[in-house]
Amino acid sequence: MIGKLDITTLQQLWWILCSVVGSLFLFLNFVQGGQTLLWQVAKDDREKSLIINSLGRKWELTFTTLVLFGGALFAAFPKFYATSFGGAYWVWILILFTFIVQAVSYEYRKKPNNLLGEKTYELFLFVNGSVGILLIGAAVGTFFTGSNFTLNAYNQVAWTHPLRGLEAAFSLFNLSLGLFLVFNARVLGAMYLVNNIDFKGLPQFEARVRRSCLSSFLLSLPFLLYVVVGLVFFDGFGVGKDGAVAMVAGKYLGNLLAMPLVLVLLLAGLFLVILGVTRTGLAKSTTGIWFGGLGTVLVGLAVFFTAGFNDTPFYPSKADLQSSLTIYNASSSHYTLTAMTYVALAIPFVLAYIAYVWRLMDARKIDERDLADKKAY
Amino acid sequence: MGELDLGMVNWARAQFTLTAMYHWLFVPITLGLSFLCAFFETIYVRTGKEEWKRLTKFWMTLFGINFAIGVATGIILEFEFGTNWSNYSWMVGDIFGAPLAIEGIFAFFIEATFFAVMFFGWERTSKGFHLFSTWMVAIGSNLSALWILVANSWMQYPVGMVFNPDSARFEMQNIWEVILSPVAVAKFTHTTSSSFVVGALFVIAVSSYYLLKKRHIDMAKKSILVASVFGLLSGLFTAFTGDESAFVNASTQPMKLAAYEGLYKGSRGADIVAFGMLTPGKKTGDGQEPFAFEISIPRGLALLATREWNGYVPGIEDLVYGNSAEGLVGAADKIERGKKAIADLAAYKAARKAGDDAAGKAALERFNVNKDYLGYGYMTRPEEIVPPVASTYYSFHYMVYVGTFIIFLMLFFLKAGLSDRLPENRLLLRLGVASFFLAYLASEMGWVVAEVGRQPWAIQDMLPVKMAATNIGSGHVQGTFLLFFILFAVLLLAEIKIMLKQIKIGPEVA
Ligand code: HDD
Ligand code: HEM
Ligand code: HEM
Repeated sequence: MIGKLDITTLQQLWWILCSVVGSLFLFLNFVQGGQTLLWQVAKDDREKSLIINSLGRKWELTFTTLVLFGGALFAAFPKFYATSFGGAYWVWILILFTFIVQAVSYEYRKKPNNLLGEKTYELFLFVNGSVGILLIGAAVGTFFTGSNFTLNAYNQVAWTHPLRGLEAAFSLFNLSLGLFLVFNARVLGAMYLVNNIDFKGLPQFEARVRRSCLSSFLLSLPFLLYVVVGLVFFDGFGVGKDGAVAMVAGKYLGNLLAMPLVLVLLLAGLFLVILGVTRTGLAKSTTGIWFGGLGTVLVGLAVFFTAGFNDTPFYPSKADLQSSLTIYNASSSHYTLTAMTYVALAIPFVLAYIAYVWRLMDARKIDERDLADKKAY
Repeated sequence: MGELDLGMVNWARAQFTLTAMYHWLFVPITLGLSFLCAFFETIYVRTGKEEWKRLTKFWMTLFGINFAIGVATGIILEFEFGTNWSNYSWMVGDIFGAPLAIEGIFAFFIEATFFAVMFFGWERTSKGFHLFSTWMVAIGSNLSALWILVANSWMQYPVGMVFNPDSARFEMQNIWEVILSPVAVAKFTHTTSSSFVVGALFVIAVSSYYLLKKRHIDMAKKSILVASVFGLLSGLFTAFTGDESAFVNASTQPMKLAAYEGLYKGSRGADIVAFGMLTPGKKTGDGQEPFAFEISIPRGLALLATREWNGYVPGIEDLVYGNSAEGLVGAADKIERGKKAIADLAAYKAARKAGDDAAGKAALERFNVNKDYLGYGYMTRPEEIVPPVASTYYSFHYMVYVGTFIIFLMLFFLKAGLSDRLPENRLLLRLGVASFFLAYLASEMGWVVAEVGRQPWAIQDMLPVKMAATNIGSGHVQGTFLLFFILFAVLLLAEIKIMLKQIKIGPEVA
């Protein structure tokens, strides 16, 4: 059956798959959010260790999802991979930098003789959760605000801005999206910790975590508002009937209205996040993360779909509109997409064993006993 | 295509080399030690003896320290194909991206998921499931090696694809050819088995140190016994697959083979140089003797490369200048044909743009005659297709010496271990500590043979490195080179200090 799909269907399918991976990454950013909460909600060493050990069982999943996001984009949309990573060089390098320092921090923080000291590794975690996520948000923002590249006849990329991608972080819209993601990650982080840690005997600690969920959410609102207003009122990039890219007034609002399903995803997602926040911040429930997580995934999907579908170039160029990338001109060949679709059939199995192991490992919440283990972070 | 600034290309190469070699400091230990941990734990579960559990946990601690930095250094490579080699990524992304994505789906998630169980699941899961998870980490790591090596092998021996003149890029035609290419098979088996050797020597080195210091004697003896069996088998297999790699090179990358054997003039029934020093300053075609001094094994190279006493092995100069007796076309001809291909491709594109179908068709027909030489069109001199000979030659020979030596070393360790004479054999123990570093270097040198020997091609005969890079300006690449150099130096130092401290501390006391 897969062998019979036409190229357009495959291109759309792969945009959906990449969007799913990207959105799952946004959900798994609860790890990064948790890292930035560390100094705010943990008042002593034990509380800190509880948080780090709780996050420490999940950070690799987030990390690997980012890797897969890169790999999937490479396989399905190589022109995007080449243009964006080669062009917006510094944004990506700095993002990667924050993930490199994150990856060693869990394992090395508490180990004796670790050269940099506990505080430095905690700082690394904070930088990853703040700067890293902010820049990811800025990079995603360029899906809507455009980038400064041109492609020549052989599709070699040239960047027309001296900051090589970092300029993305100086647009108010991109910055707002980045800050929204940072605060949303904190919201999710608090929800996850409430779900994962055994707070018996630590009621104040629990109260602080729950409060941080609410405060982070409130802080995220102005940025969210700016992003939404921007999407509704800005001119967007659109592909015309003749295939030429042009600025279109109200393009992204138009996309949402033209694709009611995407609008539903967006609204349902936001609703679920709010539900998760009230359950964590205002009530005593521990299940907020599932609502907040699912909500984040839905919002993420809506964002990616708005950027890529309905005759919209998902990686538009401000410098040369006609260099803009769409899911149709940036994709791999029919053969590769077909082969990769067979491979993608494995994804449900991967998700299944991850879910199984997650449940098995989280059957008992993180507590003192875990900190006593010699392998504890 | 637009030409790129060579200084920048070289910085991009330097940066890639730095990060890849750095990643490779940790990968072999992960690949080898993961299996050893699985063996140790299996013995524990089988016997139920606490001392094996303690031993397993100790090696897992060291494994974890190494694993963390292995993961940290890997992520940058995943994206570096885009940042440094964007032209490459676009031109071959259709083929090259697939194994990277498959690696993520099939391998990295196995590692990430079961790593958490292996480390934190002792009290949370059943004995059986924990053992299963440890095995999954080992299998997942080695699966990830499979996919990245498939990608790398495809650069060495591009198969299963065609050039599409409309998009001016290569497109995949047969994924099975890519996965099952003989180069991929040779590379995967040689890389994993040689990494098992490194992992085994890591265990032997640490254990030997304990025995020399007369600490944790029982644990050290047990560890050495398991590691030397694993190391012996892997060492033999490394030699076998290394020989196979060279045999495959003979047909897929004869220039690489000629370079690491120091063979300038080919012949029938060629000898192989067992020991030799290259003439310093020797250049292709300058008529100087290649070797200042050498000891050769008659007909060795013919046997290695063709499996025949009298087989023909081309030398560097045959490949550069051609050899009509053996039917070899010289690089000058190939370059000329390549330049024609480039011009015809440009004409084809121009005609298409102008909407002139007839001219387009004619240009395409002309292009198809020479299209296999497209990559050569970017070369300026025939001698440009020769890789750096000295570094490949010495790296290769070092690797082979170490490979041979290690087989004997493993035998000695096994023998001493079985007859329980390890603690008093202090010379052997010292050798055990030192050999780890020898093998480590051999492993890095293997990549020098494979990657430097591939120069000047990014994709053999298709795309020169100088055309593969991103046009970003040397300043930026110098900046990130420095950034990574400093960051990696600091992290490496931290890793070594932590590792040494944990070795000092030793296993938990009962
Ligand atoms: C033969 C094996 C091998 C080779 C040649 C490479 N790697 Fe590697 N890589 C591994 C074997 C491995 C591993 C054993 O799976 C690692 C290493 C250490 C570790 O802890 O996992 C890993 C980790 C690792 C990670 C982190 C994975 C995670 O999320 O857990 C990434 C993204 C890469 N690698 C990417 C690359 C790229 C793009 C390479 C090509 C230049 C590369 N590796 C060469
Ligand atoms: C981890 C083990 C590896 C090591 C130690 C290694 C080593 C090297 C070295 C030394 C170079 C520089 C050669 C030169 O410029 O003279 C290089 C280049 C390169 N390697 Fe590897 N390599 C490794 C794995 C890989 C893999 C698995 C791939 C592909 C999947 C790969 C792709 C490349 C590319 C694209 C370049 C840049 C182009 C070039 O300079 O040839 N390498 N590598
Ligand atoms: C015993 C004799 C050995 C022989 C004949 C041998 C042969 C080879 C050859 C021909 C290559 C180049 C393959 C290519 O470019 O396609 C290679 C690469 C390599 N070797 Fe060896 N080798 C030996 C021992 C070792 C040892 C002891 C180690 C490490 C402990 C090692 C590690 C590597 C690695 C990591 C590579 C790069 C990956 C690859 O190309 O397969 N080898 N070896």
